[in-house]
Amino acid sequence: MGSVYRARDMHFPNVTKLVAVKEMINTAPDPLVRETIVQNFEREANMLATLHHPSIPRIYDYFTMESRSYLVLEFIHGKDMEAIINETNGFLPENQVLTWAVELCDVLEYLHKHKPDPIIFRDMKPSNVMINQTGDIILVDFGIAKTFQSGIKGTMIGTEGYSPPEQYRGEATPSADIYALGATLHHALTRRDPRLEPPFSFSERPMRRINANVSNEMEAVVNMALEYNPESRFRSAADMKQALTTVARKTGALIHSAPLTGPMNASSIKPLWSFKCEDEIRGTPVIFQGLLYIGSYDNNLYGLNAADGKFQWKYPTDGGVVTRPAIFDGNVYFGSEDKRLHVISARTGKVIWTYYTNGPIRSSPRIAEGHVFFGSDDNYIHAVNLNTGRMAWRFETADYVRSTPFVARDLVYTGCESGDYYAVDFRGDLKWRFHAKRSITASTVGTEQALYFASMDSTLYALDPRNGWVLWRFRLGKASISTPCILDDLIFVGASDGFIYAVETRSAKEVWRFRTEHQVNSSPVVYKDSLYCGSVDGNLYCLEYRTGRLRWKFGTGGAITGTPLVYDDIVYVGSTDHQIYALLA
Amino acid sequence: MEKFFRWLTGNKQTTTTPAQDVANTAPLSEQQIQAIVSNQNPRFDLQQLIASCGQSVGKQRELNEDSLLAMTATMAGNSGNLPFGLYIVADGMGGHQFGEVASNAAIRTVAGYILRKFHPYLFHIKSDTMDESFQEIMQAAVSEAQRAIQREAPGSGTTLTAALVVGQQITVAHVGDSRAYFIYPDGRVEPITRDHSLVKRLEELGHITPDEAVNYPHRNVLYRALGQGEILDPDIFTLGFPQPGYLMICSDGLWGVLTEQDLVRSINEAPNLQRACQNLVNAANSAGGPDNISVIMVQLIG
Repeated sequence: MGSVYRARDMHFPNVTKLVAVKEMINTAPDPLVRETIVQNFEREANMLATLHHPSIPRIYDYFTMESRSYLVLEFIHGKDMEAIINETNGFLPENQVLTWAVELCDVLEYLHKHKPDPIIFRDMKPSNVMINQTGDIILVDFGIAKTFQSGIKGTMIGTEGYSPPEQYRGEATPSADIYALGATLHHALTRRDPRLEPPFSFSERPMRRINANVSNEMEAVVNMALEYNPESRFRSAADMKQALTTVARKTGALIHSAPLTGPMNASSIKPLWSFKCEDEIRGTPVIFQGLLYIGSYDNNLYGLNAADGKFQWKYPTDGGVVTRPAIFDGNVYFGSEDKRLHVISARTGKVIWTYYTNGPIRSSPRIAEGHVFFGSDDNYIHAVNLNTGRMAWRFETADYVRSTPFVARDLVYTGCESGDYYAVDFRGDLKWRFHAKRSITASTVGTEQALYFASMDSTLYALDPRNGWVLWRFRLGKASISTPCILDDLIFVGASDGFIYAVETRSAKEVWRFRTEHQVNSSPVVYKDSLYCGSVDGNLYCLEYRTGRLRWKFGTGGAITGTPLVYDDIVYVGSTDHQIYALLA
Repeated sequence: MEKFFRWLTGNKQTTTTPAQDVANTAPLSEQQIQAIVSNQNPRFDLQQLIASCGQSVGKQRELNEDSLLAMTATMAGNSGNLPFGLYIVADGMGGHQFGEVASNAAIRTVAGYILRKFHPYLFHIKSDTMDESFQEIMQAAVSEAQRAIQREAPGSGTTLTAALVVGQQITVAHVGDSRAYFIYPDGRVEPITRDHSLVKRLEELGHITPDEAVNYPHRNVLYRALGQGEILDPDIFTLGFPQPGYLMICSDGLWGVLTEQDLVRSINEAPNLQRACQNLVNAANSAGGPDNISVIMVQLIG
């Protein structure tokens, strides 16, 4: 343990020569042990003073005073790599990391070739690599300080996630430095701090799964450095440097232009059919007995043949239709901005009954227990009897209700624009209430265990359905109006920072995130092993749901804000380019 | 005897007559009857947590470095019923380095932090909703314990497996190699925590077999412990309480010497949770008792 001071060398009174003074405190109680520690320190200081390499700081002096020993070193103007990783938004460019990697191999090669004995750095990690003002790397904190650490760790092995498996046998070899360099590069390229992960788990976090911009070649080199068995790694730092420069040539890192390695080209996907309305489609379709129902801002609800997109009928309302229709007993239920809930025949599109509220309806209807539940911009949650078309009850909220009620275990759950979230029983009585910091526009999905919803306060919430206590909160990059979807132990949600997130439902740990080019207001859906989600960038994305890797994307002429529907291996999605598309899943 | 069982289960309908009805088979042994009775799930109108604990220094250690904490609260009335419980096992490490101080500081700090957080909300001093989540509170409690140990017993370390039960949700914070299990009446034993030990890690990676793991020389080496390291990343997750079933938290002095079958047998042979905990401790001591033993059993009934 100790500190590093910035100091001025007073041997040069007329100029400002800065040096770094590293202080190490000898805490060993036994005098004999203390003496050994000081001797070791002086021996290492002498050894370091003989080293000459641009990536190793020069040593000017050392001395010991009482229980403290000091090393006077070259002062490095710059930042350490860990700080750079943390301060960078997104990922460091591969070329940047590649350049540092080559320099690090170079200095390791120098140390490992030292005569009479190779010098093992032992502690390669981002915080021990400084980047100076010219962008070159300097290794700091040579193992010298280690002699001062008494055996306080006892039975513990170091928690440093950069160390190789063989370290617990106490072996320090050039191969261990190579492993630690691999770990350092892995951290720099993925931003995943190995100290926060189980030891030796790099192979569980393939770099390209986290950062798709990493080249195959770079990943191969890092993987080889991180091989579990020392014999399987690069035989020397020189070999690794060789491999890295080959990568640099292949990926063009030396000519500083990142190649565009994309998956399947967007234009190669052709829709099975598409249908054009007269205005934007911002809602979500449903399918029932071969017909597809979709609302549009041209005020109509359309009935189309799901197989070929042929127009069957349309039903006009007096306002935009943004809600997702619900089907029950041969009837289609949907709300319109004309303030009405419309109930029409699924076959003919003829009206059965309508129900008035005092505000535009943007909340989709949910049907359960003989009632249809929905919210309205009149600040009420409405419960309407399916047989009579009459109100059973309505529940007053603090603001517009635009999220779709979620019904489970005899309770109706809805958020509203004030950020309040309500659990109401089937008599319309409040059971419990929760308050988010900003509006809750997105709808809830629930399981036996929890209710999940996102809010404009940039948080994905998990609440106990029985009492509204918060189980966990997951921080999104920005506000979200995307409704999550759940499969297995993962929950998926979009946000207006342009990302689609996958989060573990038990621990709220992020598993992956995928960047689109614009806000993700659409809600993801999972079908078989694919996740489908639209983005305001106009694309429908198809991702592997376990890894977030892009399978394909399909470009439309406008923002996609509605949720895709996948049915019988076909994806249906509406776009603000006025069209609804049917694509092979 | 029959009267005893009635009293035991609090259920007047429970009898042992089935054993006598089947004239052609051998009568059930007392243990079998007890297992049947204890497995019958009499209905309780009031949902509540019940918990019991066991602890022993073991047969081979002089010092008990384990600490445990169990708190169970029931508050039921017209305004609802919210079972609340907090259960912690901490296993201190490094004999001469005050492992017992570390484990004690861990349970006190974690419990103190959590209770302070919940106090205003549980007792309605505040009417607004709590904005921190269970998982965030557990995370903060563990961080505070980390600082407390570094202050009170620098250089020492401890495992920590803490379960906060609110309603039917269990939120677990876990560091080290103490364990939490769900144990179901049909004998299934499901570990819900993952050891942060080198030997477990090597086993997960397939470099050693489970059999080799049992006799591995570095069995006690942890790669994560409270009080150690600059960055501490506890496992924190939320699960539903098993119903019917038990939550069990124990130190390696228990799970290290008993097989899953031993666990189930000790629990099934006991008429109640108190006996179950004592049986488990006795079984671990009978198996040599090489280390300190701590166990907490919790059940959510009704």
